[in-house]
Amino acid sequence: MRGGLRNKMPEQAAQVRNKNFDEVALGYLIDTAIDEAERCLNCKNPRCVQGCPVNVDIPDFIQALKEKNLNEAIRILKNKNTLPAVCGRVCPQESQCEKNCILGIKGEPVAIGRLERFVADYARIKGLDINNNSKAEPNGKKVAIVGSGPSGLTAAGDLAKMGYDVTVFEALHAPGGVLMYGIPQFRLPKEIVKHEIDQLKALGVKIVPNVVIGRTFTIDELMNEEGFSAVYIGTGAGLPHFMHIDGENLNGVYSANEFLTRVNLMRAYKFPQVATPVYIGKSVAVVGAGNVAMDAARTSKRLGAETVYIVYRRSEDEMPARKEEIEHAKEEGIELRLLNNPTKIIGDEKGWVKGMECVKMELGEPDASGRRSPVEIKGSEYVLPVDMVVMSIGQGPNPLIKATTPNLETNKRGNINADESGQTSMPGVFAGGDIVTGAATVISAMGAGKKAANAIDEYLSKK
Amino acid sequence: MAKILKKSTLAPQVYEFIVDAPLVAHKCQPGQFVIIRTEEESERIPLTIADFDREQGTITIIVQAVGNTTKHLCETFNENDEILDVVGPLGMPSHIENFGTVVCVGGGIGVAPVYPIARALKEAGNKVISIIGARNKDLIIFEDKMAAISDELIITTDDGTAGQKGFVTDPLKKMLESGNMPGMVLAIGPVIMMKNVAETTRPYKVPTVASLNTIMVDGTGMCGGCRVKVGDDNKFACVDGPEFDAHLVDFANLIQRQQMYKGHESLEYGCGGHCKCVED
Repeated sequence: MRGGLRNKMPEQAAQVRNKNFDEVALGYLIDTAIDEAERCLNCKNPRCVQGCPVNVDIPDFIQALKEKNLNEAIRILKNKNTLPAVCGRVCPQESQCEKNCILGIKGEPVAIGRLERFVADYARIKGLDINNNSKAEPNGKKVAIVGSGPSGLTAAGDLAKMGYDVTVFEALHAPGGVLMYGIPQFRLPKEIVKHEIDQLKALGVKIVPNVVIGRTFTIDELMNEEGFSAVYIGTGAGLPHFMHIDGENLNGVYSANEFLTRVNLMRAYKFPQVATPVYIGKSVAVVGAGNVAMDAARTSKRLGAETVYIVYRRSEDEMPARKEEIEHAKEEGIELRLLNNPTKIIGDEKGWVKGMECVKMELGEPDASGRRSPVEIKGSEYVLPVDMVVMSIGQGPNPLIKATTPNLETNKRGNINADESGQTSMPGVFAGGDIVTGAATVISAMGAGKKAANAIDEYLSKK
Repeated sequence: MAKILKKSTLAPQVYEFIVDAPLVAHKCQPGQFVIIRTEEESERIPLTIADFDREQGTITIIVQAVGNTTKHLCETFNENDEILDVVGPLGMPSHIENFGTVVCVGGGIGVAPVYPIARALKEAGNKVISIIGARNKDLIIFEDKMAAISDELIITTDDGTAGQKGFVTDPLKKMLESGNMPGMVLAIGPVIMMKNVAETTRPYKVPTVASLNTIMVDGTGMCGGCRVKVGDDNKFACVDGPEFDAHLVDFANLIQRQQMYKGHESLEYGCGGHCKCVED
């Protein structure tokens, strides 16, 4: 038993990695992983598990790792988590499982996320996770999953294990949702996403790309004409928000979604070897301070931008991005312009961005979210000299399903109304993840997918 | 994968592909479009559906070899080849009702997407007057098809080699000046043509609709690359459109946004960005 400090994650050096798209974190080697696993106290009442939205049996997989039984470790992980290699990389462990770790009181918590990643990567490389799942006999009932992001994939995997005939419909040409189009290669290599999806296919999950539910088929058609007994809607938060300030339609202004989709899904960083272009400025302002903003800023730097600013109207304490992502961004040379709010984007005579006017802010009284609300300092406007702007101020729900499913209740923001189990206003139709909650995390979307899979099983068992 | 069942040349650099796409053909309505990706390294590009056959499960797309992906498609894809991805139908269907008389204006390959809309308007009981135009006789497409569903078909060419010499706006203007007010004007073609049609009908307050072919990536409302100013609002052409009130569209902004990757195209072709391929 060891307390104290956790094993450090080996990383590419900041000034090397900010010029390439290879993964930043290199992963533990086996000796480091076992050494880290030795730190786990194997608590009788494991609080870490309570912190996990999908309730991974954390101490159990760590015990198996300690005993060098990797077959067992991956089996335990995958029993609860369909996408461990993804979660090990992008989950905010510090505010979930690791936050609850008893070692965190006096020292640093066990690096649960890094261990999860290690086990998943080891299993993938050694081929340990192929069909390493118990699967029920097929029950012949068809379930449609709309959207192949983390929520849909989790629901698909769990339902397939229960014996359902599962079809996942994806609007884009490649499955994975935000894992493919949103999160960059340097944080989540696409080969890993593909591997996790291949595991689902091996379980019998059918994945149908290039089908837009709401257009190619409606939800009602899936239920009434295509023979599905239940539908799970996990379409995420795909509609980019803009600030509605002057100049947002200038050339050189992107939504984070478009910028990242071009680079991640369409691999524009390889242009002209691939056909999709992406514009990159010399000096880039990314507006917003969430994980997506950090991704956009770090991607800009890698594509050759000399100066990259994060422009955020609150202070560093309020930045919604994970601490780790903020630190990585700073190390890579991203400059934070905190307590700054854009007021307009300025264009040249040909309609290209040449600057962004910002006003300085100060923190006032706490608002409804408990955060101190930013207040403009009158007369403090100045122009930030940038030739590209990425708006990364959040995403809303895509309106397509809402518009084509009259009986599906939504709230005033357009999010689908669903209860804790995912049940919507339509019998047999369930929803979860960002389309219900608004933009959140990969793991919370997975948690919703898991709950909905159980609720769908309960619903169909009664039918 | 979507197999090309038939490929034919309609005009220099303009090809018609009949593609096996049963899911799209089953559902599509006039005015909608698809996004295709020809190969693994290709772009996603939007193409309007020019016709469809629900029984055969096919759609017709008309492609002009002007940009990177369209050239690749036109030059290297033949019958029995498969297009990697076809997704759709996307966008809002055209609003079809009996307006009385409608004028359907198509410029260049814009005639192709006009066709199914004009046909639906005809079926809805409208008197359909069609005006189709191109730079010269060789570039006029869909003449027979348009004649078959129009009560009156007017052809214009810039050089006078077919029909009337001049622009599509000339006969339209004459019609309006003579006091024959249609219930609706539809315009699909190069941005500058649609802008000119809008300016022609504006003084007469004739409802005018333009179908915008903007830059797009996903086509489902996710990227916002297709955003265009319509009145006081910013609209997404892929989910709110592609058809909008032409009197409210900020065409200058649209033309400016179409230039976004001009530099990239010239990089790729070494043409310096002055060729026809980046004009539209």
